[in-house]
Amino acid sequence: MTLGNWLALVVALILAAEAVRALRHRALRRERWRRFFRHRTASWGLGILTFLVIVALAAPLVAPFDPNRQLDIVHLTNQPPSWTFLLGTDLLSRDVWSRAVYGGRISLGIGALGALVAVSLGTLVGALAGYYRRWIDAVLMRGVDVGLALPRIFILLMAVALWDGLPFTALVLAIGLTSWFGTSRLVRAEVLALRQRDFVVAARALGVGTSRVIFRHVLPNAAAPIIVSAALGVGNVLLLEASLSFLGIGIAPPEASWGNMIADGAPSIYTAPWSTLFPGLAIALVVMSLNAVADGVRDALDPREDGGVE
Amino acid sequence: MGGGAWLLRRVLASIAIVVAVVTFIFILIHVAPGRPCTENLDPRVCEQLTRQFGLDKPIVVQYWRYLVQVVHGNLGVSYSLHRPVADALLETIPFTLQLAGAALMLDFLLGLALGIYQAGRVNRIPDVVLSNSTLFVYSLPTFWLALILLLVFGEKLRWFPVGGASDPIFCPVIDSFFCVVDRVWHLVLPSATLGLVGAAGTARFQRAAMLDVATQDYVRTARAKGVPERQIVMRHQLHNALLSFITRFGLAFPFLLTGAVLIETIFAWPGMGRLAFEAILTRDYPLVTATALIASTVVVAGNLLADILIGLADPRLRVHATTDADIVTA
Repeated sequence: MTLGNWLALVVALILAAEAVRALRHRALRRERWRRFFRHRTASWGLGILTFLVIVALAAPLVAPFDPNRQLDIVHLTNQPPSWTFLLGTDLLSRDVWSRAVYGGRISLGIGALGALVAVSLGTLVGALAGYYRRWIDAVLMRGVDVGLALPRIFILLMAVALWDGLPFTALVLAIGLTSWFGTSRLVRAEVLALRQRDFVVAARALGVGTSRVIFRHVLPNAAAPIIVSAALGVGNVLLLEASLSFLGIGIAPPEASWGNMIADGAPSIYTAPWSTLFPGLAIALVVMSLNAVADGVRDALDPREDGGVE
Repeated sequence: MGGGAWLLRRVLASIAIVVAVVTFIFILIHVAPGRPCTENLDPRVCEQLTRQFGLDKPIVVQYWRYLVQVVHGNLGVSYSLHRPVADALLETIPFTLQLAGAALMLDFLLGLALGIYQAGRVNRIPDVVLSNSTLFVYSLPTFWLALILLLVFGEKLRWFPVGGASDPIFCPVIDSFFCVVDRVWHLVLPSATLGLVGAAGTARFQRAAMLDVATQDYVRTARAKGVPERQIVMRHQLHNALLSFITRFGLAFPFLLTGAVLIETIFAWPGMGRLAFEAILTRDYPLVTATALIASTVVVAGNLLADILIGLADPRLRVHATTDADIVTA
């Protein structure tokens, strides 16, 4: 680690803290978001996530080495953490910290994109089923029943193994396309309740087009479960990608992802635990923060709490 | 609609779902490129095998043959193991059941206990500490936790064996009390991995469910009447929070199945998850389809069981239990 790297890290930390503080300051005007920031874990989660995203984006500034370069395969394999190698080096003498930083780009990227695919699709299907009801609802929801019964890990293993390693986009799509079923059920239930409400009926009576009613009047009011399942979805997708990469069929080496770093480190875990330990902690940190944020959002947007005295 | 008709409809729907899953897997396998022959196999032999297993026929014909076969209770012959799929499954399923059973027990016993304990002292120090700990454990990747437990308890402390299901020298078959103990000893780390992550989730879930009930009128009434706090928690809150607990019970199966693939691979536990993983890698079509069949059956049966239990526990939900009661958190 050079002085520049440390400096970049400190700047990232300050930026994240400032971002959360600014958000919090604005939030104080809105009752609902004030509830979010009253959760100490939720605020921390938001801060940690912001920090990790900044670090991943600024990877070249924060990482001292090329993540895929084998620095010295003779003398520098499995070095313990030190000031030069913050998190040690792995079996192939690559810097674990640099790999973790660059791997964060891949892991967070897959998590975010996969969840985006899953939540968009789930919301769309749920909204259609809940809004149109009748046979559309019946067909879509029976499909969702099947989707929920699919052994998802099998499907993904098969997709990845049978096609001999999927490229990044295909992996994102495969994970996204198998992860939307739960969301669609939640959204459907919400839409079913909302479509009877006066403001929706009024919009329809005024002759507002169907898609506009769904996207402008119904869905914004179903934001709470959608945001919550998006936050949880990012964590789930990230864990899924890590599992696949750990089994050796997710992100292909030498490209680093937190999952395949754990896989790379596992054979030498007894002699060099750091190369397994830290990527796992990174995953846990992200998933934990996402869960905390989801909890906060759930409380903040819970209509039962609105106007209530506490 | 009576309970019998409802049950019949649900069972039929469940069977339909399983058939749909098998169909989906079947299609997925057959549109995927590649054939089950390995690279260094003589192309002529491969040709002959392809014909022998009927893989040259149109997919519809293959599908129909497979369905007829399955209805007759024949799951086919595994390509890679050269033996009936049913035999391989019967051999491995007990191992997965032992693993899942032990994990489920730890999951629910520890999870329920923690959740109830926390609900009794909300926002005090023990609750806050436990809330943060369960949040952390719940967020851990199971396969990573497995590696860490292996490192600490298997390698450093040497308390538990690092893999396998029994001692290969003293207990190739379980025929004595010593061997039962040996099995349990081998079971500790894999089931603790799955069980701890599950228990953390259950504890969080149970705490939230208990608190949800805590603001209900009948709890306030009970408190106003002077019912002791312990009794309020155990009788009024717990009793009603158990409903959502049953739903969670039904949802635990997919988690255990997914976990089984990874955990069994790491701990060399000879169960169905590992079998399925190897079957996928070797393109062993009959074995892949059969494991998917079993997995989806377990998931669907878990949901059905949860619905029935909810109906038994709460008469209000009996008829409509299927429509919205099974909202999923995934």
